[in-house]
Amino acid sequence: MASSTSITVDVDGVTYTDDVEPRLLLVQYLRERLGKTGTLIGCDTTNCGACTVHLDGVSVKSCTMFAVQADGHQVTTIEGLAQNGKLAPLQEAFHQCHALQCGFCTPGMIMQSASLLKENPHPTETEIRDGLEGNLCRCTGYQNIVAAVKSVADGVEYDESGVSVSDDLVDDLAADGSERTGVS
Amino acid sequence: MTTTAESGPAGAGRADIGRNEIGKARLRKEDAHLITGRSRYTDNMVLPGMLHLAMVRSPYAHAKITAIDVSAAKASAGVLAVLTGADIAGEQGSLPNVWPVTPDQKAPEHPAIAVDEVAFSGEIVAVIIARSVAAARDAVELVDVDYDELPVVMDLEEAFTDKVLAHTTLESNKSATWVFDSAEAGTGTSVEDALADSEVVVERTLYQQRLIPAFMEPRSTVVDPTGEQITMWSSTQIPHILRFALAITLGIPESKVRVIAPDVGGGFGGKLQVTPEEIITVVAARRMGKPCKFTETRSESLQVGHHGRAQVQRLKIGATKEGIVTGFSVNLLADMGAYLGLITSGIPILGAFMYNGIYKFPAYRFECNNIFTNKPWTDAYRGAGRPEATFAIERMMDELATELAMDPLELREKNWIKHTEFPFATVAGLEYDTGNYEAATAKAVELFDYEGLRAEQKRRRENNHPVQLGIGVSTFTEMCGLAPSRVLGALNYAAGGWEHAQVRVLPTGNVEVVTGSSAHGQGHETAWSQLVADRLGVPFENVEVLHGDTQVSQRGMDTYGSRSLTVGGMAVLAAADKVIEKAKVIAAHMMESSEDDLEFANGAFTVKGTEQSTAFGEIAFAAFSAHNMPDGVEPNLDSEATFDPVNFSYPHGTHLAAMEVDTETGHVSVLKYVCVDDVGVVVNPMLVEGQVHGGLAQGISQALYEEAVYDDAGTLVSGSFVDYLVPGAPDLPHYITDRTETPATSNQLGAKGVGEAGTIASTPAIVNGVLDAVRHLGVKDIKMPCTPSRVWHALQEAKTSGGVQ
Repeated sequence: MASSTSITVDVDGVTYTDDVEPRLLLVQYLRERLGKTGTLIGCDTTNCGACTVHLDGVSVKSCTMFAVQADGHQVTTIEGLAQNGKLAPLQEAFHQCHALQCGFCTPGMIMQSASLLKENPHPTETEIRDGLEGNLCRCTGYQNIVAAVKSVADGVEYDESGVSVSDDLVDDLAADGSERTGVS
Repeated sequence: MTTTAESGPAGAGRADIGRNEIGKARLRKEDAHLITGRSRYTDNMVLPGMLHLAMVRSPYAHAKITAIDVSAAKASAGVLAVLTGADIAGEQGSLPNVWPVTPDQKAPEHPAIAVDEVAFSGEIVAVIIARSVAAARDAVELVDVDYDELPVVMDLEEAFTDKVLAHTTLESNKSATWVFDSAEAGTGTSVEDALADSEVVVERTLYQQRLIPAFMEPRSTVVDPTGEQITMWSSTQIPHILRFALAITLGIPESKVRVIAPDVGGGFGGKLQVTPEEIITVVAARRMGKPCKFTETRSESLQVGHHGRAQVQRLKIGATKEGIVTGFSVNLLADMGAYLGLITSGIPILGAFMYNGIYKFPAYRFECNNIFTNKPWTDAYRGAGRPEATFAIERMMDELATELAMDPLELREKNWIKHTEFPFATVAGLEYDTGNYEAATAKAVELFDYEGLRAEQKRRRENNHPVQLGIGVSTFTEMCGLAPSRVLGALNYAAGGWEHAQVRVLPTGNVEVVTGSSAHGQGHETAWSQLVADRLGVPFENVEVLHGDTQVSQRGMDTYGSRSLTVGGMAVLAAADKVIEKAKVIAAHMMESSEDDLEFANGAFTVKGTEQSTAFGEIAFAAFSAHNMPDGVEPNLDSEATFDPVNFSYPHGTHLAAMEVDTETGHVSVLKYVCVDDVGVVVNPMLVEGQVHGGLAQGISQALYEEAVYDDAGTLVSGSFVDYLVPGAPDLPHYITDRTETPATSNQLGAKGVGEAGTIASTPAIVNGVLDAVRHLGVKDIKMPCTPSRVWHALQEAKTSGGVQ
């Protein structure tokens, strides 16, 4: 066993101090040591984004950081996004817009979307797609994910009928996205 | 949305029972835990004393194993055991292939850990069992394997010549030859005669590249051998089939195996498999007496998870000068890879019934040679045989239209089955029950602005615009709802195609639905709740759907082939109907009336013509308390049903793609994509839309982005997400989707299935569009994926070979 290093990290509002191997990845620390299994591992090459978390409010891929690099920093995972039992707007929007199917990319996709909106609160469809470039989804074809992010940017408020309005949102998006003529 | 038939079977029968749930875009019950990170994927599982596995894999695509030295690995920190194929030869059995397509099908033995010979790069030669994943992976490097390299055969057409054999134990690379001939089957005439007599014959060879399913969740398996029963959690689409397969492969009584598919992160056919890793994890756990976990890396997943497609299609289509097709001949080479997986051999055969598409062909012949190569085995991938068939016929219809200088839509219309001609017995031997190709096409043409885009195309051609425009047409149908058990029997498939369900009524009147379908993203919990809420008149929120655990859902055939609603959903409805029948007896007793005088609507039995009624919840409690049951009636409302379809269902649709091709760079982009699908009666339009979007993404991606690429030595070059292009959000267009609705008659709901539709139709639409943009420049074909490099080279070759400029 390699030598250990002590780290102190704030994760989802709780401060943890642990001895870790220097080679332990942040995502492994979150999942295996803290039980934060909401953050998932989808690849080995920083391509899929399933492991995306926030480090001091900025999205990072936690498979591409060592746990020791998070020493002294604040980490937010998908499990820390809802506050006082109330879903964050993006979580609600993903639900309302049917922006997830198998759900495996969802934690990373939501965390990246939050970061995207923080940097650019009113993105176009193209800017949303470009901003999510590092997060792969194999189920949704992205259209409803884009709609969900746009709906948060637009401040859409959902009713409590339990019935989706995503069709309308997608139509609105098509209208908004008229500047977008193709994929590049 | 256009309804093209007023009432199908959906309108019949129990239409009186509050139909308020069918067709409602209910938000998903599955979402809450997934959006908050409370997910239960297999790799999240930790059990006391759990050990971790790592696989030692062959770097060679074909070699003899001459020696394995595991001593250094065994001595490595944290390692408890290392097992080779020889160590477990007596217990590992041979992985199952349940679809011997011909009586003389040849297949090599398929041990989970290779014993003497490896036949593809990545095949497992040993397993490390250690206290941590890191310790297990560290020790992989310490296993010393001596190999004698053997010649490899990677190319399918070369493999067909048998010059190099993929296995030293087999005399030929040919596994089986499967033929359908309409003249022999009595479904049509001789295709040879038809082609000989045709005024026009177009002959082409098309290539279906090898694809990787690339579900987002890498496969993971946990096995707990403690206690008297073995419990497996696995990232699988098929917990029931897996349980059966583990029992027969390892000789464990089926009753001693429990398989649980918890949250499963996508499958697309890629998790329709019994894997070596699953077998090895069971063997390891039994040996160690402790829970064991194996989770693959993404590289392993891409390298050795089964692949899809991989066919060479040699095609001949004949027609009159007016464009009436006279016959279609299909001759396939299908790449099995090195072994036959669960249904590897049957995948191309599933396509055999679909090469005639939506058309009235008088003659048809299909021949498929299943061929071994030194690559991982192929098996189901979204569409499984049917995308390949649709690609072939839709590409050929465009080639024929070009030959005849005819609009591709006009050619299709001349040949398709008219809506007045259903039910229609096809030349491939199926009976299409319903459809309305005219309606779907008309709607697609309107949404697409077909005439406007053709005019724009003409302008760009006349101006010699550097970015040329092409219009890709694809019409399709598919056989969904796999499958009538008798048909599967006739095709020599080992199992049936039924599905099972239970409806359990709790004392409160809440309802538990147990389904043999095994969802991995489709939204069954939501849709099945709608079905039962609709049928029993109980609130949607009061229905709980249980699935994916063989101890909870004892019988099932699982999820693939767009079968869940059309087969599994019908079993749910049948079980719900039995609940109503049971409740009726108790309700009549409670109201002291005759059963014949009762009607059931909106969750209550009412005595006809009176105000007297008893709610479902009251009956549920009466059955629970059992204080006042009629004589001889059991005190519960639970029921179960097994549904076996009498026919497939046949969704169809028309997809139109406007493709821009930059003739200077070869860059291709989707300007506009319109699809109008007819998937019959829709339970939840939001879920249907989601399935269509995801299907389109995968089909478009086959056309433009994805390919499993190998070097000459047999190593996968596209072995990570850096090299295997799973498209991201910027790589895909905004889809314009719509539906028409022609109810199916093969099930009481009128549903058809939607899981594979988008994938099947979109690939030829995109490629037809790309070719339509550059055909006038002399380009005749571009192999998939149509990358900028391939398009650019095709344009350069056309220039140098004197193509029209």
